[in-house]
Amino acid sequence: MFNKKPHFVRIVSSFWASSIASELEYRFNIIIEILSVIGNLAGSLFTLSLFYGPNNNLGGWNWYSSIVILGIYTFLEGFTTTFLQPNLSRIVRHVQNGTLDFVLLKPVDSQLWLSLRIFSPWGIPTMLSGLILISFGLNFSNSEISIKIILISSLMLISSLLILYSLWFLIASTSIWFVRVWNANEVLRSTLVAGRYPITAYPDSLRKVFTFIVPIAFLTTFPAEAMLNLLSLKYILFSLLISLSFLYITTKFWNYALRFYTSASS
Amino acid sequence: MKIINRLISNIRVARALLITQYALMIEYRAEIILWAISGLLPLIMLGIWQEAGISKTFGFSNEWLARYFVSAFVVRQFTAVWVMVSFEEDNLEGRLSPYLLQPIMPFWRYFISHIAEQLTRLPIVIIFIVSLFALKTNLIWIPDIFRTALFLVALFLSFTVRFLLHWLFSMVCFWNDRASAIERLLLLPYLFLSGLVAPLDSFPASIRSFAMVTPFPYILSFPSKLLAGHDVNILGGFLALFLWGTTLLLLSYIFWKKGIKNYSAMGA
Repeated sequence: MFNKKPHFVRIVSSFWASSIASELEYRFNIIIEILSVIGNLAGSLFTLSLFYGPNNNLGGWNWYSSIVILGIYTFLEGFTTTFLQPNLSRIVRHVQNGTLDFVLLKPVDSQLWLSLRIFSPWGIPTMLSGLILISFGLNFSNSEISIKIILISSLMLISSLLILYSLWFLIASTSIWFVRVWNANEVLRSTLVAGRYPITAYPDSLRKVFTFIVPIAFLTTFPAEAMLNLLSLKYILFSLLISLSFLYITTKFWNYALRFYTSASS
Repeated sequence: MKIINRLISNIRVARALLITQYALMIEYRAEIILWAISGLLPLIMLGIWQEAGISKTFGFSNEWLARYFVSAFVVRQFTAVWVMVSFEEDNLEGRLSPYLLQPIMPFWRYFISHIAEQLTRLPIVIIFIVSLFALKTNLIWIPDIFRTALFLVALFLSFTVRFLLHWLFSMVCFWNDRASAIERLLLLPYLFLSGLVAPLDSFPASIRSFAMVTPFPYILSFPSKLLAGHDVNILGGFLALFLWGTTLLLLSYIFWKKGIKNYSAMGA
C-alpha cells in the first residue's frame, strides 16, 4: 500500500492543513481538552496508586515502571483521537452514504486515503501527557539510556502503533458487509483499557486472552519492557513479526472486502 | 375527571412511544449486543483486583470483590446514557425542530428511548450473567428479596440521575454545537469516582468524602452494593439520589427554557 508516490507527502500535508483549519472552528474545545487531559492524568495515577501498598508491587512491576506503561497507554489514546478515530469512523459513514465511490475513484491508494485523510489536533495534548509520563517513569526507575535502548524502544512503539492501527482498520473494513460497525470500535476501545496495567497483573486466563486473542500485551507491556531494557530479543522479533503481519493482513483484507462493495443506492 | 382523562392520555402517549422506540431498538439489536460487550470494564477490573496483593490490606475477599464487580457490571449495563450524542445530532441536523412542534417535551422522547434500549438489553445481560456463572460456579450468589426490591428502585433512580446529568449538559448544544467534547469530560469523574474501576472502600478517606458529595458514587457504587449485599448506607444513598435528581431536574428545566430561546433551528 505504501508504494512511493511522488506527490504523497504533498497530498497528506494538504489533507492535514485543511482538517486543522476546520477543527480550529471549534476553539472552545481546547479548554475542554486540556481539562480532560488533566482529569485523566489525575484519575489514572490515582487509580494506579490504589494498587500500590507498602510492598510496591503489581504483577512484578514497581510504581515507576508501571507509570511507563500508563504513559504508553495514554500516548496510544491520544494517537487514537488524532488519527484513528476521526479517519476510521468516516469509513463507516462513507459506506452508509455511498460516498465511498468517490474515494475509490481517486487516483490515490484507497487505504492510504481513508487512513490519513483527517488529522484531528485534539489528541495532541493527550499524546504529550503520555510522553511526560513515560519520561517521568523512566527517570525514576534508574534505567540506563543508550542508543540501542532508544532504537529498540522506538521500534517497539512503532510496532505497537501499527498493531493498534490494524485492529481499528480491520474492524472498520467489516463495515463493507455490516455497514454500522461503529460500536465494534467502541468494544475495541473498552477492551484496550486493560492495557493501562502490566499484563502480568491479570489472572492467568485473562493474561492469555490479552496476549493471544486481543494483543494488548504487544501494545503497552512489551514496549515498556523495551524501554526498561527488560525485553529479550525473542520478544522483540516476535513483536515486529506480529505488527508487520497485521499490517499485511489489513491491506489484503481491505482489498478482499472491496470486492463485496456494492455501493449504496445503486 | 379532567385530571383522570389527562392522565389516561399521557399514559397512552407514553405507551405508544415506548412501543415504537422498542421496535426501533430491536432493529439495531446487533449493535446493542456490541454495546453490552463494551461494558466489560468492571469484569476486567475484577481480574486485576483479585490478583493484586493489596486487596488483603483493604480486607477485600475474592468473593466480596467478585460480587461487587459483577453487580457493577449489571448496574453499568442499565445506566448507559447516550442522550448527549443523539441530542447533538438532532440539533445539528435540524431534526429537533419538528420534535419541538409536537405537543410532547423532547425530553420524554429521549428518556423513553433509553428505557426501550434497556428492555432490549435485558436478555443479553441475562445470557452474560448466566454464562459467567456457568463458567465460574463459585461466583453464584442469590441476593435477598428485600434488597433486590430496593436495588431495582435504586437502579431506576440512578439511571434517572445520570440521564438528567447528561440531559443538563446537552443544553450546551443551544450555545455551542459540539456537546460530545463535554460528554468525554463528563465520563472522567464517572470513571474514577463512581467506583467503576475501584471500590470506594479502597480510596483514602479525604478522596472518598470528596467523591461522596458528587453524584457519581450514587449512580454506580450504591446500587451495586445493594445488589451485592455489601454494607451500605441505604437511607443516605436514596436521599442523595433524590436530592441530586431534583436539583438536576430543576437546573435542566431552567436551562431548557433559556436555551430554547437561543435555538437557531439549524438546517431549517
